[in-house]
Amino acid sequence: MVPEIGEFCLIVAFCLAVVQSTLPLAGLYRKKDHWIAMARPLALGQCFFITLSFVLLVICFLQNDFSVAYVARNSNSSLPIFYQVSAVWGGHEGSLLLWTLLFSGWVMMVTLCSRHLPMHFLARVLIILGWISCGFLLFLLATSSPFQRYLPDYPLDGRDLNPLLQDFGLIVHPPVLYMGYVGFAIPFAFALSVLWGNENDLPWAKWMRPWVLVAFGFLTVGIALGSWWAYYELGWGGWWFWDPVENASFMPWLVGIALIHSLMMSDKRQMFQGWSLLLAILTFALSLLGAFLVRSGILTSVHAFANDPTRGIFLLEFLGVVVGGSFGLYARRGKRFSMPLRLEWCSRETVILLSTVFLAVSTATVLLGTLFPLFYEVCTGQKLSVGFPYFNSVFIPLMLPVLLLIPIGPIITWGQNQGKELIQKVQWIGVLSVVLGAVIPWVFTRALSVSVALGVSLGIWIMLGTLKTAYQKSRQRGGVFKLSKGALGMIFAHLGMAVSIIGITIVSHYQIERDVVMKPGQSLEIAGEEIGFEKMQRTEGENYLGYQGHFGVSVAGKKIAELTPEKRVYVVQGQRLTETAIDPGFWRDIYISLGESLGEESWSVRLYYKPLVRWIWLGALMMAMGGLIAAWGRRTKGGN
Amino acid sequence: MRFLLPLVIFAALCGFLWKGLSLTDKTLASTLIGQSAPAFQLNTVEDPNRWVSEDIFRGKITLLNVWASWCHSCQKEHEVWMTVVKPADIALVGLNYHDTREEAGRWLQSHGNPYRLNILDERGRLGMDYGVTGTPETFVIDKNGVIRYRHVGPVDREVWDKKLFPLVEALQKS
Repeated sequence: MVPEIGEFCLIVAFCLAVVQSTLPLAGLYRKKDHWIAMARPLALGQCFFITLSFVLLVICFLQNDFSVAYVARNSNSSLPIFYQVSAVWGGHEGSLLLWTLLFSGWVMMVTLCSRHLPMHFLARVLIILGWISCGFLLFLLATSSPFQRYLPDYPLDGRDLNPLLQDFGLIVHPPVLYMGYVGFAIPFAFALSVLWGNENDLPWAKWMRPWVLVAFGFLTVGIALGSWWAYYELGWGGWWFWDPVENASFMPWLVGIALIHSLMMSDKRQMFQGWSLLLAILTFALSLLGAFLVRSGILTSVHAFANDPTRGIFLLEFLGVVVGGSFGLYARRGKRFSMPLRLEWCSRETVILLSTVFLAVSTATVLLGTLFPLFYEVCTGQKLSVGFPYFNSVFIPLMLPVLLLIPIGPIITWGQNQGKELIQKVQWIGVLSVVLGAVIPWVFTRALSVSVALGVSLGIWIMLGTLKTAYQKSRQRGGVFKLSKGALGMIFAHLGMAVSIIGITIVSHYQIERDVVMKPGQSLEIAGEEIGFEKMQRTEGENYLGYQGHFGVSVAGKKIAELTPEKRVYVVQGQRLTETAIDPGFWRDIYISLGESLGEESWSVRLYYKPLVRWIWLGALMMAMGGLIAAWGRRTKGGN
Repeated sequence: MRFLLPLVIFAALCGFLWKGLSLTDKTLASTLIGQSAPAFQLNTVEDPNRWVSEDIFRGKITLLNVWASWCHSCQKEHEVWMTVVKPADIALVGLNYHDTREEAGRWLQSHGNPYRLNILDERGRLGMDYGVTGTPETFVIDKNGVIRYRHVGPVDREVWDKKLFPLVEALQKS
C-alpha cells in the first residue's frame, strides 16, 4: 500500500500544480482577486503532498520493501540504517523526488516570506513556479516514478547501494547541492515576473537579492562537499576534475556570483537592470541544463545516471519550453529595462560591470569545453575529450582579471572618476602583495615560479584589500561588531575567495605524489615526515570484507598520526573499493591509498603530500557563510 | 536585435543537444558491431579453476547473454533460453554480471542451466568493455569471434523468432 499512496500523493501534487499555474492566471486576466489569492494555499498544499510522498519513499526503504523496483535496485537489507535513508537519493528516481521536494520547499518559503510583496507580482511569481513544478512532477510521474513495483515475483533482497555512495559525503552532498540548484528558480521566477509585468518602477532587485544569496550559499557548500568527497573517496587525490557534472554545478555558481553583484547595482544605483534579469534567467537555465546533462546520459561522466532516451527527450523539451520561453520574453521586453549607460571609466560601477562580464565569459568557456565533445561528435562522428589543458589555459586567464578586481570593488567609490585616489589607496597593498607572493613561496621551497607567485600574490592582494575595507568600514561605524550584515558578508566571501585561491595555487604546484611498493616494517620520507608501514590486517564490516593497512606518520622520531587505508570488497555487488586514509592538517594532508597486493606481503601504495589542500574548502565555506550572512541582513532590512 | 541574441544562441544549443540525444542511441548499438569481441581472462561460475578467454567464441556461432541472479527480467528471459537453445545449433554463453559465484550457482541450480558455460564477471569489467547498460543484454558473435548484433533488454519468443533466429541461420549459411 505504501508505494501506491506515495504515487498518489505525487499525482495530487501534480493536480495542485496545474491549478496553481492556471487559476491565478485566469484571475489576473479576469480581475478576480480571490482566484489570485488561491496561489498561496495551492503552493503550500503541493509542498505538503510532495513531502508526504518523500516520507513514504523513505518508509519503503526502511521496511526493505523490495517489491518496489527502485528500492530493490538501490538498497539491501544488510545496509546500515543511515545508508538506507540516504539510498533514497542514490539513484535517478529518488534523487529527482528529492530535487522536487527541495523545490517545493523553496516555493513554500516564498509564499511564507513574501507577504509584503504586491499581490500581482507575487501571483505571477507563483504561477511561474507552478509551471516549473508541473514540469518536474510530470517528469517524475511519466518517466521516473520511484514507486514502481516489481511484480509478481520480486527479489528477496536488494542489489545494494553503490559502495562509492555509502559514505557521509553522499548523505549530505546531493541535498545541499540541489538546494542551490533549485533555489535559483526563485530569482528566475522573480525576473520573469518583472518582465511579464513590465514594471520597472518596483524595487525588484532588493526583493530578489536574499534569495540569490541563500541559493548561492547552498550551491557553494554543495560543490565544496562534492569536491571533498571526490578527494577522499575516489582515491586519486584530486579535488576537481573538470568533469561534465562538476562543470554543470560550477556554471550556475559563476553566473550566480555575477548575478549577486549585478543585482547590487540594480538595487542601489538602478543600473544594469536588463543585465541582472538576463543573469537571473541564465543562472536557472544553467541549473536546468546541468540536470539535463546529468540525467539524459548525453555525456559520459563518473556521476551520470543510467541512460534512458525518453528521459533525455522529456528534459530537453522542458528545457526548451522554460528557457526558450523566458529568453523569448526577454527578447520582447528586455529593451525597457536597459538604460543607456553613463559610466565613469574608473568607478565602482565599471569595476562591477567588468567583473560580471568576465564571469559570464568564463562561464561560456566552461560551457564550450563541456559541450565541445558533443558538438564534435555531431559534426564529425568522432569522439574526443576535453580535459585539464583546455580549462587551465582558457578559464584561468579569464579569471585573473576578476580576481584582480575583487578588492578594488569595495574600495573604489560609486559614480565618480577617481583613478588617482584609487592608486593612492591601493599602491602599498599592491606592492606588498607582489613582494609577499614572491618571497613566501621562496622561503619554503627555495625556488621561484611565476605561476605560484601570481596565484599567491593575487590571494594576498584580495586579503589585504578586503581587510583594508573592513578596517575603514568598522572605523566609520565605530567597531567591527557594528558593521552591516551586507558588508560583513562581503568581507567573509572575499576573504574566502582569497583563501581558496592560495590553497589551489599551492596544492597544484607543490603536491608530492609517490607510487611505491612497501612491505610491513619499511618506511619512507616525504617532505620531512616519515611514513612507516607497520602491518596489514584482515577486516570485516557490516556489508563488506577487506584488508586494512596500518601506517604511522612521524616527524623527527615522534609519532603524530596513525593511518589505516583499506581495500574493501562489498559482498552483495562484489565491487572492490579503496578507502583512503588521510591525516588532515591546516598546513598539509598526508594521503595514503592502498593499491594491489603484490604477493609476499608487499603492497603497492600511493602516498600524497598535499600542502594547504584544506584551504580550498575552508575558503568555500567562508564564501557560503558570507552569502548567508548578507542574505540575513537583507531579510531583516526587508522587514523594516 | 541584441535582446534576441540569447534566444538565438539557446535555440542553436538545443538543436545540437537534440542531435546529440539521438546520437548516443546509435553509438550504443553500433560501436561494437563488426568488431572482434573484447579480450578478457576470467574464470567461470561453474568452476573457479577454469579460465576462459575470448577464444571460446571461435568455431561456433555464439549468443553471449549478460545476466545476473539479482535481475528480475532475466528470469523471464531464462524460460525462453530453456526452450530455444537445444534445438538450434548454437552455443549460449552466459556473462554473469556484477554477481557472486555462490548466488549465480544457486540461481542456475534452481532455474536450470541452458548455458554452455558462464563467465564470472564479478567486478563488471568485461560488461563495461561490452558497453552493457543493464541486464539482460544479448550479443550475437559469429564463428570468427566478431560481434554481429546487440539486443538490449530481455529476449522473448517474438524477438527470438523474428530477429535472433533468422540472423543465426543466415550466419550459419555464410
